[in-house]
Amino acid sequence: MGADGHGAALGVSALLAAEGLTRRYGERVVVDVAHLAISRGEVLAVLGPNGAGKSTLFRLLLLLERPDAGRVLLDGRPVEPGDENARRRLAGVFQRPHLFSGTVRDNLRFGLAAAGVRRSEWRARTDRVAGELGLAGLVDARVGRLSGGEAQRVALARALVLEPDVLLLDEPTAGLDATIRRRFREELGGVLRERAGAVVLITHDAADAFDLADRVAVMEGGRIAQVGTPEDLTTDPATPFVAAFTGAELLLDGVVETTEEGTVRVRAGDARLVARAPEPALEPGTAVHVRYRPEDVTLAPADVPDVSARNHLPMRVRSTTPSGGLIRVRLEGPIELAALVTRESAERLGIRPGAAVTALLKSTALHVYAAHR
Amino acid sequence: MDLIAGAIVEAFRLIASLDRYVFEIVLRSIQVSGGALLLAVVVGLPFGILLGVGRFPGRRLLVAITYTGFALPPVVVGLFVYLVLSREGPAGALALLFSPTAMVLAQALLAAPYVAGVSLAAIQAVPPDVRLQARALGAGRGRALWAHLREARLGILAAVIAGFGAVISEVGAATMVGGNIIGETRVLTTAIVLETRRGNFETAMALGFILMAIVLTVNVLLTRVQQGPAWERTATERPWA
Repeated sequence: MGADGHGAALGVSALLAAEGLTRRYGERVVVDVAHLAISRGEVLAVLGPNGAGKSTLFRLLLLLERPDAGRVLLDGRPVEPGDENARRRLAGVFQRPHLFSGTVRDNLRFGLAAAGVRRSEWRARTDRVAGELGLAGLVDARVGRLSGGEAQRVALARALVLEPDVLLLDEPTAGLDATIRRRFREELGGVLRERAGAVVLITHDAADAFDLADRVAVMEGGRIAQVGTPEDLTTDPATPFVAAFTGAELLLDGVVETTEEGTVRVRAGDARLVARAPEPALEPGTAVHVRYRPEDVTLAPADVPDVSARNHLPMRVRSTTPSGGLIRVRLEGPIELAALVTRESAERLGIRPGAAVTALLKSTALHVYAAHR
Repeated sequence: MDLIAGAIVEAFRLIASLDRYVFEIVLRSIQVSGGALLLAVVVGLPFGILLGVGRFPGRRLLVAITYTGFALPPVVVGLFVYLVLSREGPAGALALLFSPTAMVLAQALLAAPYVAGVSLAAIQAVPPDVRLQARALGAGRGRALWAHLREARLGILAAVIAGFGAVISEVGAATMVGGNIIGETRVLTTAIVLETRRGNFETAMALGFILMAIVLTVNVLLTRVQQGPAWERTATERPWA
């Protein structure tokens, strides 16, 4: 994978790729993916909200549905839904487990029988994967007796026994509660890479995508808005949507005052903020959204001397709320801001409603987009 | 009260003595309704599967027509088959009117909508993603369809049970196309009507008991198959699928 996060996109080595892939339902274009590629050994997440076209893309890539235009390539060769040999190199796991009635073992054998794997190999393969996914004690259990988490693991194991070249997962953690979801995610990470040539993970959950994937493709309205490493997406989101979707970003409205070399000065509320200049450059007077992450807001004492951050704003604490292990601080001043701080620094700074602080924001932590987007 | 008590006693006497007249009627009933059910399943089940999994223009109309078939009056079906098989009818040359075959045809027409309609509902109750999931695990169309049907199996057997219920107790069509000829087309229901009219309440009642015993036995057997372990065999054990 390239350092720019587009390794597979440059693509001779793409294992599975989509080119100009379009799918319409009536008038509505559900999927419109110009280019998406995944290399051997890679875990690619397709991240997007409900209705972004993810599940349709999932079915198209699995060769279960025929696109209206464009094509799917496997090892650089175009493949179609009728191509059974190509289809058998792929395996998909749907959002709901959809286990077949019978025992866990029956389910694990389903694909092996379909693929014509020799019966003598079935036991070794199912036992191995069952062991890896913590299902060894459950192979003879009837599927009706399984818990939600167990059923989800059986559904995954059922695909992994096939040792597919590409494993596609549609929302593998969606039906699970938070604790089970975390454990499932941890288990998933290891086994996926071991048993599948490459993995496409469809999810609406940024945590799934960032924890499990090497690269993340953010999908919006059927299109891929941006593909990059989790790092790329958080530090340099290409669109407000990506910014909002990949982290809990907050928004300020403003107007461009001046554009200088590499930076843009934006008036927001009574504050003037300096941010990295977006591309293409914005004319003075353009209405913009400025997005930031609360964790990028640093708080300092009100009388802080000189600081390196380009933006320092005198603020007053309006309220504090615990947020996970951190404290979320709402601030008022020339603009309204939210910050996330540790308990320790909250104590050190004497943060309580009414307290005066300085909010520091690096210009690189502010993302400016034209408001009409 | 005496009448009913007497009827019950007579019923058991007839059953216990394996009366030839009764025995023939019972046998003919099982032959006719069994044959009709078999024919209804052979025709109705594939039709139900097609409507349950297929997507094609006119499908909704066919579904509505199938459900309308639940309310088909047996005498109307009997009349229709009568006209088709009558000497001047399009199939008159086959000379099938007033034969058990005619009864099988008429009753199959009555049972087929039940078999098709109930199985179609059962098949549609299974999420279509089950079939797609099977495909996503490398299954061909046949195996994926089998996996889907397997999940609908309880409902499909309910369809067979409903079809059986539609024919075994039916009298209108059986009378019209069978003619209630002794030793040939006389079945339990038509015989009950006849014996009642003749005032032979004991015989009619005995036949009624036997009919209900048959219905119960068949349903117990079908339910055992439906709920029992034989159906728990897995999709992997169907090498042809």
